[in-house]
Amino acid sequence: MAELEAVIGLEIHVQLATKTKMFCGCELSFGDEPNVHTCPVCLAHPGVLPVINEQAVRFALQIAAALECEVAPRSIFHRKNYFYPDSPKAYQISQYDIPIAGAGRLGDIRIHRAHLEEDAAKMIHVGESGRIHGSGASLVDFNRGGTPLVEIVTEPDLRSAAEAASWARLLRETVRQLGVSDVNMEEGSLRVDGNISVRPAGSDELGTKTELKNMNSFRFLERGIEAELARQRDLIEAGGTVEQETLHFHPEDGSLHPLRSKEEAHDYRYFPEPDLVTIAPTEAMLREARESLPELPAARIERYTNELGLAPDIALTLATDPLRAQFFEQTLKSSDVGAIPVANWVTGELTAALRQAEIDTEEAKVTATSLAALIDLVQGKKISHGSGKTVLATLVAEGGDPAEIVDREGLAQISDSGELESIVAAAIEANPDAAKQIKAGNGKAIGAIVGFVMKQTKGRADGGEVNRLIKEQLGA
Amino acid sequence: MTELLALTALGAHRAMAAGDLDAGEYADAWRRAAAGDELNAYLWRDEDGDAGPVAVERPSIAPIAVKDIFCTEGVPTTAGSRILEGYEPPYTATAVRKLIEAGAPILGKTNMDEFAMGSSNENSAYGPVLNPWDRERVPGGSSGGSAAAVAGGLAPWAIGTDTGGSIRQPAALCGIVGLKPTYGAISRYGMIAFASSLDQCGPFTRDVSDAALMLAILQGQDPCDSTSVGLPKSPSLPDREDLTGLRFGVPSDLTGHDFDAGVRAVFEATLEKIQELGGEIDTVSLPHAEHGISAYYVIAPAEASSNLARYDGVRYGMRAPSSGDVIEMYEQTRAQGFGAEVKRRIMLGTYALSSGYYEAYYGQAQKVRTKIAGDFKSAFDQVDFVVTPTSPSVAFKLGEKTADPLSMYLNDFFTVPMSLAGIPAISIPAGLAQPAGGGPELPVGFQIAAPAFAEQKLLGAAYALEQGIGFDARPEGVPNG
Repeated sequence: MAELEAVIGLEIHVQLATKTKMFCGCELSFGDEPNVHTCPVCLAHPGVLPVINEQAVRFALQIAAALECEVAPRSIFHRKNYFYPDSPKAYQISQYDIPIAGAGRLGDIRIHRAHLEEDAAKMIHVGESGRIHGSGASLVDFNRGGTPLVEIVTEPDLRSAAEAASWARLLRETVRQLGVSDVNMEEGSLRVDGNISVRPAGSDELGTKTELKNMNSFRFLERGIEAELARQRDLIEAGGTVEQETLHFHPEDGSLHPLRSKEEAHDYRYFPEPDLVTIAPTEAMLREARESLPELPAARIERYTNELGLAPDIALTLATDPLRAQFFEQTLKSSDVGAIPVANWVTGELTAALRQAEIDTEEAKVTATSLAALIDLVQGKKISHGSGKTVLATLVAEGGDPAEIVDREGLAQISDSGELESIVAAAIEANPDAAKQIKAGNGKAIGAIVGFVMKQTKGRADGGEVNRLIKEQLGA
Repeated sequence: MTELLALTALGAHRAMAAGDLDAGEYADAWRRAAAGDELNAYLWRDEDGDAGPVAVERPSIAPIAVKDIFCTEGVPTTAGSRILEGYEPPYTATAVRKLIEAGAPILGKTNMDEFAMGSSNENSAYGPVLNPWDRERVPGGSSGGSAAAVAGGLAPWAIGTDTGGSIRQPAALCGIVGLKPTYGAISRYGMIAFASSLDQCGPFTRDVSDAALMLAILQGQDPCDSTSVGLPKSPSLPDREDLTGLRFGVPSDLTGHDFDAGVRAVFEATLEKIQELGGEIDTVSLPHAEHGISAYYVIAPAEASSNLARYDGVRYGMRAPSSGDVIEMYEQTRAQGFGAEVKRRIMLGTYALSSGYYEAYYGQAQKVRTKIAGDFKSAFDQVDFVVTPTSPSVAFKLGEKTADPLSMYLNDFFTVPMSLAGIPAISIPAGLAQPAGGGPELPVGFQIAAPAFAEQKLLGAAYALEQGIGFDARPEGVPNG
């Protein structure tokens, strides 16, 4: 049998960080006392009417712009009808056949659509089952009910669980940098569901898909998809067929459980929401959405690798941390050396120094100018790399001018070649065994003598020069 | 006191403005009159002028009867349904709030067909309303309580809602004026939804001037209702003296159908009266209008099936005692809370929206609706107004049509097309006629429809015609101004 290829699409629900709910004036909140952010509209009292939150539309347009989606000139809301206590109207106002955003892409993955809708209320089931069936009682908290959501649906372009998780991270970072959502998976402001199927590698046809829910971290997302792919492969390889169903991932033991209750054979009886008018974004709104975009991770990665020649992993590290990226760019501007050493320092030595000092990036005293000066000193061989790290620790904790710190702490590299030559000669004499081995052709033994020199000079010697001198003096 | 109650709302307003009438005393007089309700017109009355959050401290205009479909804070609001028994809304409908702000005290909440579904008021969970002209007959529906209250001397004026004829038909059957404004002229916020794309609030009044006065209070864009736009200009009191230069179109596609001879006689006499007043009568074609009822009874129940889904016993209103799970609680609550007609329409609507049937029913009905709106547009290229009888018959007997939903639905034959087109239409009393089976004469309504947002022009023509007709009959015992 041909190898089975994974075909994965994601559906991502993003809670928008608007001031108020999607269709009423209630404040958005997380973690408040239950049912304090409610009104006749979001409790679906008789006679109430929804009114579209303009900020939510603007946020959705920003997401559409970031995902390079086509924006519908006129999109409408539909009612999705179903009975469940988390839906007080017994219908969710959502977008159906004409979503606000159509085809787009993020990185290599195509976006199918993105649409606006409202979140359901939160249910808490008392008792052992943890579900409405078999629970002792079910409580409803309407604080969350009516929170604006953008649902983003990808094309089934992802080919592995790891790729899905890594792309989902990129999406989260993209949305986070737009400032339109908290994108917190644990709190549910970002929820990722997977549509998962397998097919013989190379086939163009799609296999029967299952929908996978309840993966509230990227790790669980990857593990859940992995588990479901394994289940489908085992099933097919054993001669069985995949049934279309919704599965719940249980992170405790990695198991998958079919979901029923709410979804029992549903016909949502969609029809256009007669209480709302068409969303027709003006040219000004579209322009504003486009112009409000910061440089997003995907574009930044492309620029860093193509224009600055950074390695992809370093570009990714910077792109997913906009503060760090900004610091990198400022440092690069003040520095005389190229992007690669600066990026290495920012992602490597600086990160390590911050971790060592247990200081947040925002609190560190080091400035872009001072870091640039420090990197220039190291690259210009004014101080050794090791001394550079020492200076950086001081910069992080206290700030200051690197050149002054070098002077104050006597860290200037030994530039007098005569002085270094005699130190090297003394080191060879002090390590006769190592010297013998080097002469015998064991290159690795040179480390002992270099280390001795560094110790003697307190790291002020240039490692490369020391190496050269040792070999020269031993005739190796 | 009888003299006081004989005033129209505008007459009272003028007397108050002149300092000849104390608004508080006037409201009290109406409260006493309302207390004598023998028609089951009211479901709740403000007995002592203390309606809590919806009380008016200083009345400055005639008190009002409000259809029980409008939410009134702290005051029972049932929409004629058992499922909302005991429900007191936490907020007040925009239309009612505007009336309160204008200084109109609320006399009470009026009886209605459950969730506005009906043409006879016999679908109320709280018993039928009796027609003040003949208590063995229906007042029409669904706003039967509001119509009977105004016609029966229990309120100077009232508000109701019209989805397919629920203001115009009861106004016709009770011999008063009923206006359904353009869809969007008045906010629907706080008006319990039956069919959202059709529902519209409007006045029941003794005459056309009162209708204009109330429309001026009610109309306007409301930030709480995205579909509201208000009227281009606040209507002024009509003062048109004749109908010279106005063309009235009779849609033969509708009037060519069979209806009561007595109603036809009054209709034809009214067409003559129009000509006497200088108006011109033309025949117009509304080729799709006769399919209005079919389209309406798909669209309205479809929207209703969704609008009424919120009555589930979870948050307010009735909840059936149930030992089972949440689904059983829903089922029991809705089985016990809704009446037969409401259940019938929920079933109809649910079916029409079902996957696989949507295009054949809801989709098709929407196309018919668009065609009907197009028909009116073409007709209005030719004439200023389209006129028909309001109802195919005068008030019928209680129980006469309850066993036959289809014949009940045909009551809306003349009124539904305008609702589907979203255009304004008014019913004015045009004369009296015997019922088909004989007996004492009963009022006949004449319907005038105008292009969207042409309320001012509509009121002008209706006023001139009203003056020309001079209808002054009243049910026995009701003061005549």
